[in-house]
Amino acid sequence: MSSRHDAPQVTLPTAAAVRLVAEREMRTRLRSKAYRITTVVLVVIVVALAVVMDIVNGRSTTAHVGFTEQAAALRPHVTAVATSLGQDVATTQVPDTRTGRQQLRSGKLDALVLAMQGNDLRVVVEKKLDPQLESTLTSAAGQVTLDQKITALGGDPASVAADVSQASVAVTAMEPAPHFNPQRLAVGSVAGILIYLALLGTGMSVAQGVVEEKASRVVELLLATIRPWQLMAGKVLGIGLVGLLQVAVVGVAGVLAGQLTGALSLSISATAGVVAWLVVWFILGFTLYSLVFAGLGALVSRQEDLGGATAPATMFLVVGYVVGISVLPSTPDQPIVAIMSLIPAFSPTLMPMRLAMGGVPLWQTLLSLALAVACVPLLVGVTGRLYRNGVVRTGARLRLREALKQR
Amino acid sequence: MCHVSIDATALEFDGVTKRYGDLVALDALSFDIRAGEVFGFVGSNGAGKTTAMRIALGVLMADSGEVRWGGRPVTFETRRRIGYMPEERGLYPKMRVGEQLVYLARLHGLSLAAAQEHTRTWTERLGVAARMADEVEKLSLGNQQRVQLASALVHDPAVLVLDEPFSGLDPVAVEVMSQVLRDKAASGVPVLFSSHQLDLVERICDRVGIIKTGRMIACGTVDDLRGVGPEQVVVDVPGADPAWAGGVPGTSVLSAEDGRVLLQLEEGVDDQRVLTAALRAGPVREFARHRPPLTELYKHAVSTTGDPTGSEAPQLAAAGRNS
Repeated sequence: MSSRHDAPQVTLPTAAAVRLVAEREMRTRLRSKAYRITTVVLVVIVVALAVVMDIVNGRSTTAHVGFTEQAAALRPHVTAVATSLGQDVATTQVPDTRTGRQQLRSGKLDALVLAMQGNDLRVVVEKKLDPQLESTLTSAAGQVTLDQKITALGGDPASVAADVSQASVAVTAMEPAPHFNPQRLAVGSVAGILIYLALLGTGMSVAQGVVEEKASRVVELLLATIRPWQLMAGKVLGIGLVGLLQVAVVGVAGVLAGQLTGALSLSISATAGVVAWLVVWFILGFTLYSLVFAGLGALVSRQEDLGGATAPATMFLVVGYVVGISVLPSTPDQPIVAIMSLIPAFSPTLMPMRLAMGGVPLWQTLLSLALAVACVPLLVGVTGRLYRNGVVRTGARLRLREALKQR
Repeated sequence: MCHVSIDATALEFDGVTKRYGDLVALDALSFDIRAGEVFGFVGSNGAGKTTAMRIALGVLMADSGEVRWGGRPVTFETRRRIGYMPEERGLYPKMRVGEQLVYLARLHGLSLAAAQEHTRTWTERLGVAARMADEVEKLSLGNQQRVQLASALVHDPAVLVLDEPFSGLDPVAVEVMSQVLRDKAASGVPVLFSSHQLDLVERICDRVGIIKTGRMIACGTVDDLRGVGPEQVVVDVPGADPAWAGGVPGTSVLSAEDGRVLLQLEEGVDDQRVLTAALRAGPVREFARHRPPLTELYKHAVSTTGDPTGSEAPQLAAAGRNS
C-alpha cells in the first residue's frame, strides 16, 4: 500500500467549504454579462431620474421676475411677499422695457413688472402668468396700495408693517402629524423600486443557481464532498454579497447624482441614512427571501418549472412592493401599510420605503428589525429541510408536503 | 456472498438495502472491492448499480446495511478520498474546464497549488489540456466525458467509483480510460465501475459482479464464473455428420456447424467419452473446453436466477470465495 493512501480522512472545515462555494458564485456572477448590464442599467436609471427631477424642479419653483426702472421701488415688496408665502422668486433689474421683453421671449424672465398705475400693477408676460406668481404679485400690489394710503393718512407704513408681521396664528395640534418632505417621498419611492428589483433579482438568482446544479447533476458531485446546508449557505452568501454590491453601487450613484445635479436638497446625512437603511434591509430581506427561494428551487429539476415553484415567494415580494409604491407616496402614514411593514414577509420592501420617507416611530423600526431577525433561524430550519430533501431528487416536481417530511 | 474483508483498504458493501416505496432497489447487497483491484459491476438497467454507487457516495441513504472502507463505515471525511463519476454527468456547463477541476479538487480538501497542479496533470493525461480555458458546454460530448473523468481523479482519490465511465467514448479514449483504471488499481486503489460493454469488462476487470433486481447473483473472476455453468466442449471433426454427437449419453448438442459441434455435458459425464465418440466419426482437428465470453455468462446468469425469492445460485458464492 503506498503511503499516500494511509490517511483516509480529509478535513474541510465548514468555513472553508462555505467560502469555496461563495467564491465560485461571486466569480461566476461578477463575470456574467447579465449582472454587469443590470448594474449599469440601474445606475443609468437612477442618474436619469435625478436629472429629470432637477429639470422639473427647476421649472416649477423658481420664478424670475424683472423690474423696469420705474418699478424698482416695488422690488423689495415683491421679494418680501414671496418670502412670506414661501415662493422662490428671483428678482432682477432690467435696463429698459425692450430688453425686458426680449428676456421674456428667451425664457430668462417669467414676468416683467413695468410700473404701478393707480391701484394696478402693470405686468407683462410671454403667454400667461403663473397662478402662484400672480397671487404673489397681487399681494405685493395690495401692500404698495396700503403703504400709499397709510402715508396719505399721515401714518408710518414701516411701523404698521412691523405690527402686522407680528400678528400670527398660534396652533396647538392635538395629534401632531409628521411632516413629509416631498423629496423624501420621491427618494423613498426610488428606494422601494431599487430594493424590490434587487431582492427579486438576487432571489431568482439563488433559485436558478439551485436548479442549475440539479439540472446539470453537478450537485451529486458536490454533495459527495460537502453537506447540503454548506452548499446552500455558500450559494446564498456569494449571491447575496454580489447583490449587495449592486444595491450599494446603485444607491451611492443615485445619491451622488441627486446631490450633484441639485435635484436633492436633502442633507447628506439624511440621504446617507436612506442608503444605510437600504443596505440593512437588503441584507435582511435577502437573507429571508433567498432561503425561501433556495428551498423552493430545490423542488424542481428544470428552469422551466422554476416560475411556478417560486411563485409563493415572488407573490409576497410583489404584494409588499405594489402596496408600498401605490399607497405610501400619497399617504406615508397609512396605518394598514404601517402594520404590514412590521411583518417579515413584507417588511423588506415596505420598511426601507417608509424609513426613507421619514416619520417612522422608533418602536416600529426596532420591532420590524427584531421580527425579521427572529424569522431567520426559523426559515433556516424549514428551507434547509426542503433543500436537503429536494436537491438530489431529480425528475418530477416535488410536492411541498413531501419535501418537508423529516427524513 | 462475494464478501471477504481480508484487506485493510477494501471497499465493502455489507447488506445494503434500499427501498423506494414497494420497489426494492437493493436487497441486502453485499460484495467488496479489494485494494488494487478493478471490479466490474454489470447488470441490466434498473438492476441497482447506480443506487449502490450513490449510497457509497452518501448521495442516497441506505435503509439498512452499510458501506465500509478499510473496515470502517464511510463518513463524510473519508468520502472526500473517493473519486466519483455519476451516471448522469454533472459539471457546471458554463464554467471553464480548468476552473471547474480546481474547484472540485479544492472541495475535496486540496490546497490551491495542489489543485492546480493535479488539474494540469490530468487534463494533459486525458488529452483535454488545450481546452482548459473553454466553458464545459463548448466541448464535444466525448471531451466532456474526459473532463468528467478528470474531475473524479483530480483529488488523487484512494477509491474510485465510476458509473459507466466508458459510455460515449471513442476507441482511443476507451484505451486511455482503461489504462488509467489499471494504473490506479496498480497503485493500490480499489476501482469499482459499471458498464454494459461486457467485452471491455472482461478485458480489464480482475473481478466481475452481476447484479439483478438489487441482488448480487454472481461474483468472481471471469474464470470463476465460467466454472459455474455446466461444462461445455467444442469438437471439430471436419466433414463428419454431427449426428455422431447424439450417441454420447449425458450430453446435449447446443450447436453444430460444418462438423464443429458444441456440446453441453451433464454433471459427472467424462469428456473423454465424447472424444472417443468423435474419433470414431472421423479425424478430430480440435477438442477443447468451451470458454464462453462474459456476454454469454451474463445471459446465463440473468436468465437462470429469475425468481427473486429463491436460492441464488449458491455455487457462485463459493466461486467468489475461492478467488
